[in-house]
This record gives sequence, C-alpha cells and structure tokens, in this order.
Amino acid sequence: MQSKASTRNAYLIPYVLWMVLFVVAPVLLVVYYSFFDVEGNFTFSNYARFFTPVYMQMTLSSFWYALLITVFALLVSYPTAYLLTRTKHKQLWLLLIILPSWINLLLKAYAFIGLFGTYGLTNSLLEVIGIGSQQILFTDFSFIFVSVYIFIPFMILPIFNALEEMNPSLIYAARDLGASPWLTFRRVIFPLTLTGVKSGCQAVFIPALSLFMITRLIAGNRVITLGTAIEQHFLVTQDWGMGSTIAVFLIIAMAIIMFLTGSGKKEVRNGKKRKAV
Amino acid sequence: MGRNGKLSNIYLAVVFAILYAPIAYLIFYSFNSGGHMRNFEGFTLEWYREVFADTRLLIIVLNTFIIALLSSAISTILGVAGALAIYHVRRKRTKNTLLSLNNVLIVSPDVIIGASFLILFTMIGIKLGFTSVLLSHIAFSVPIVVIMVLPKLQEMSPTLMDAARDLGAGSWQILTRVVLPYVKPGIFAGFFMALTYSLDDFAVTFFVTGNGYSTLSVEIYSRARQGVSLSINALSTLLFLLTVLLVIGYYFINRRASRTPAGRGLRP
Repeated sequence: MQSKASTRNAYLIPYVLWMVLFVVAPVLLVVYYSFFDVEGNFTFSNYARFFTPVYMQMTLSSFWYALLITVFALLVSYPTAYLLTRTKHKQLWLLLIILPSWINLLLKAYAFIGLFGTYGLTNSLLEVIGIGSQQILFTDFSFIFVSVYIFIPFMILPIFNALEEMNPSLIYAARDLGASPWLTFRRVIFPLTLTGVKSGCQAVFIPALSLFMITRLIAGNRVITLGTAIEQHFLVTQDWGMGSTIAVFLIIAMAIIMFLTGSGKKEVRNGKKRKAV
Repeated sequence: MGRNGKLSNIYLAVVFAILYAPIAYLIFYSFNSGGHMRNFEGFTLEWYREVFADTRLLIIVLNTFIIALLSSAISTILGVAGALAIYHVRRKRTKNTLLSLNNVLIVSPDVIIGASFLILFTMIGIKLGFTSVLLSHIAFSVPIVVIMVLPKLQEMSPTLMDAARDLGAGSWQILTRVVLPYVKPGIFAGFFMALTYSLDDFAVTFFVTGNGYSTLSVEIYSRARQGVSLSINALSTLLFLLTVLLVIGYYFINRRASRTPAGRGLRP
C-alpha cells in the first residue's frame, strides 16, 4: 500500500508542475499585466479604456462577425452531417470531410488569396456568367466565407456524432404516428442532436472571436476582432497592458460561452478540434 | 425519393468541391510556368527546384520538423504521466479539477495562449527562439495526449493490475509490462495528434518566435503577406502529400486501437 501511494505522487509531480507553469501561471500573468500601462505603472486605465466607444464597438463587431460565422457554419454543416449519415461508406466520407482540416491553415488562406484575387478563378467564373469581375478579396464576404470554410469540419464532426448516437427507432415511431418529415426533424431529430449543435457552435464561436491571421490576409485589416487587437497590442504597439486587458475580457467571454453551451470535452477524439487562428 | 437523393448528392458534392477547391488550386498552379495563379501557361517543375534550392526555407522546414518531433515526444511522456496521475486520483472533486485545468489549453483561443506565453517567457527570462517555441509546443500538446490516453486507461480492467501484483510484480513492472502495453494505441494516437498540432500551429508560434527563428507557418504567413509566389504552391503540394501520409498513419493506428485488445477477453 505504501509503494502504491508513492507512485501515485510520482505521476502527479511532473504533470502538476506543467500545469502550474503553463496553465495557471500564464492566466495569472495576463490578469497581472492588465493593470499596468506602457510605462510600467500600476493603473486601472486599461479597463477604463476598454469601456470607451472605440473598444466597445470593436468588441461588438467581433461578436457580430463570430455570430455570423457560427450561423453560416451551422447552416452548411447540419445538412452535410445529416446527409453524411445516410451515405453508404459514412466513415470514409467523414474522413474526407475532416482531411482538409489537417492541411496547414496558412496554406488554405493563401490559396484563397489566389482564388478570390482580381484575376482569380472566382472572378473568371463571374465573367463567364456575365456578372463581371468584382472586388472579392478584402471584403466582409471573403472574410466570412474563408472563416466558415475553415470552421465547418469542426461543426460537422460533433453534429455527425450526435446523429449517429440517436436511436433510429424514434424516427420510425414519429413516422408511424403520422408526423411529416419536417415535423419529425423539428420535434425529434433536431432536439436530440442539440448537444452536438451546441458543442459545434462552441468549437466555432470561441476561435472565431479571436481570429487574427485571416483578418490580415483575407480581410485586408478591414475587420478588427478581439484577436487582431490582442496581436496588435502585443506585437506591434508593444502595449502589453492593454493587450492583456482585452485578453482578460476574451477569457471571461469564453468562460460564459462554455457555461452556456456546456463543456465540450469529448470531440477532440475523432479528429482535430480546432487550432484555428 | 429519387429526386431527393439526387438533390442531397448534389449538395454533398458541392460541399466537397468547396472543401477541396483551395487545395486543388494550389497544387494545380504549382506546375505553372507562368509564375502566377491566373492562367496556366505551361507545365514546369521549376518551383519545386526553387524550393529545394532555397537553403533558408529548407532550414525552416527542418526547424519545423525538429520542433514537432521533439515537442510531441516530450509531451507524450508528460501526457502519459498526467493521464496516470488523473487515473490514480481517488477523490472525484480533485479529478474533475485536474480534468478541467487540462482542458483550459485545448479550448482557449491561440491568441491568448500565445500572448500569455510571451509574457511568461519574458518574465522568466527565456530568450525567444528555439527554446520558447519548443516549450510552448510541449505545453499545448500535453493536454491532447492526456485526453487520448485517459480513456484507454479507464477502459482497462483494474483486475489486470491486481493480478500482476498478486503474481509479485513491483509497481515499475506493472507500469512497463501491463499498463503501458495496454494503453499503447492511445499513446501513439496522442503522439500523432501532438505532431500534427505542432506542424500546423501558427498563432502560438507567431507570438513566441522572436527575430531570426521561424517555423513554416510563420514563414508562409510572412511570404503570403508579400504576395503570391509559386514556390509556396510547390511547398504546399509537398506538405499536402506529407499530411495525407500522416493522416493515413494516424487512422491506421486508430483502427488498430479500436479493435478489441487482447486483455479485454478476460473480462466476464
């Protein structure tokens, strides 16, 4: 018994050390730094600044874009996940849906610069249809499109899993009782897959709040999210205090979203969860 | 039903086409002699030659792989220790606390991880570069390994360990002869996952690289901001092939893992 207790402690030591150093300490440091200005004086001014119209507007637009991205991703993903469960080799098709999410994100964003560029494929297609060349890159449309593109696999996966876990006899029962397909979907299928939808939304909304690479490459700095602002303050203006303050609010927002949508811990297993930028 | 089936097939086909369009686009133009992504002028391997002649780029590729392999190896060791630690904790409350702390790095946005690590390394006095990138990759890979290994530990029958102890095995022997072989598939899956996370990471690395040191994602980012260059296309084609190989490897391991392990048959 004595030796068992000591081995237990032995496993805990490196793990807890890692946790204190890389989980607890960084969060505390962010909170600590949020109370200092550029010169290193203790101050609450960062928090006062956060509540000025400039930062409030940025926060609101960041939430608005994240909401749009989540809604569009859900609209595309739900039918996809549903149709995937009806296919014959569904695991193979699912793997093919997930595969692009394993390709380096930067490369996909870079490809969209070509696809959406003035002489890119999309504009050539628009010419052929007769609409004519449009400015696509550096617009809200391209930003939302590329973001949705990047996030749909993370939305499809949990919904697919929820659909798979559902007992099919419930659908037969609804049909036997005379429910139309739409009614069956609304009253039976959708409520039963709500957990999947929730964790999908969580996996999209939080990273969408903090996108910064796509805003720079695809939106041409037109869109400023909380993520862009943090990056700007840390790496460009070197105002770590203000950057930390925004980070504190992002952490709070994240905690609230996690609380509202329930903690989604399990979807990491079947593939990559997010790792978006 | 037939019409419905057709419609849904078209819908799926469109989703697949959009998902693969950028990748196909990059690969297609990597063979373009024209030097841009507008129209295809002629077949060439020039861009591939350029990739292999670019010493700086090759060093960056090498850096990326060294970081990925080292960080996933170290985080696998730490992660296995973590999974064992959580597994052995008796009190439910402590267990849940450990698990939620473990998930913090998985769910938090990369920007926050990057920024907070930048503060941490500056505070401790670690120079930005190889060490800081390696440490942060280890840091965000550990929880992933824990999450891959823990379910395997939990599905292991505790009677196996009791039997080993009854037969006179010490704790080290139980660990190396019984537990680790049993959870091996989870360990491999965790290692692969950590590897792909490390290879793919941009945001965290971007914060902690400093000057003079670079990984592929960071390099592609700075090149992409300067405009289109077909050597990036060639490089991405090579990376795509590598990723496909990695995914095949990962799924092969996963499939082996999902088959019934030998020990399970003993359970009533």
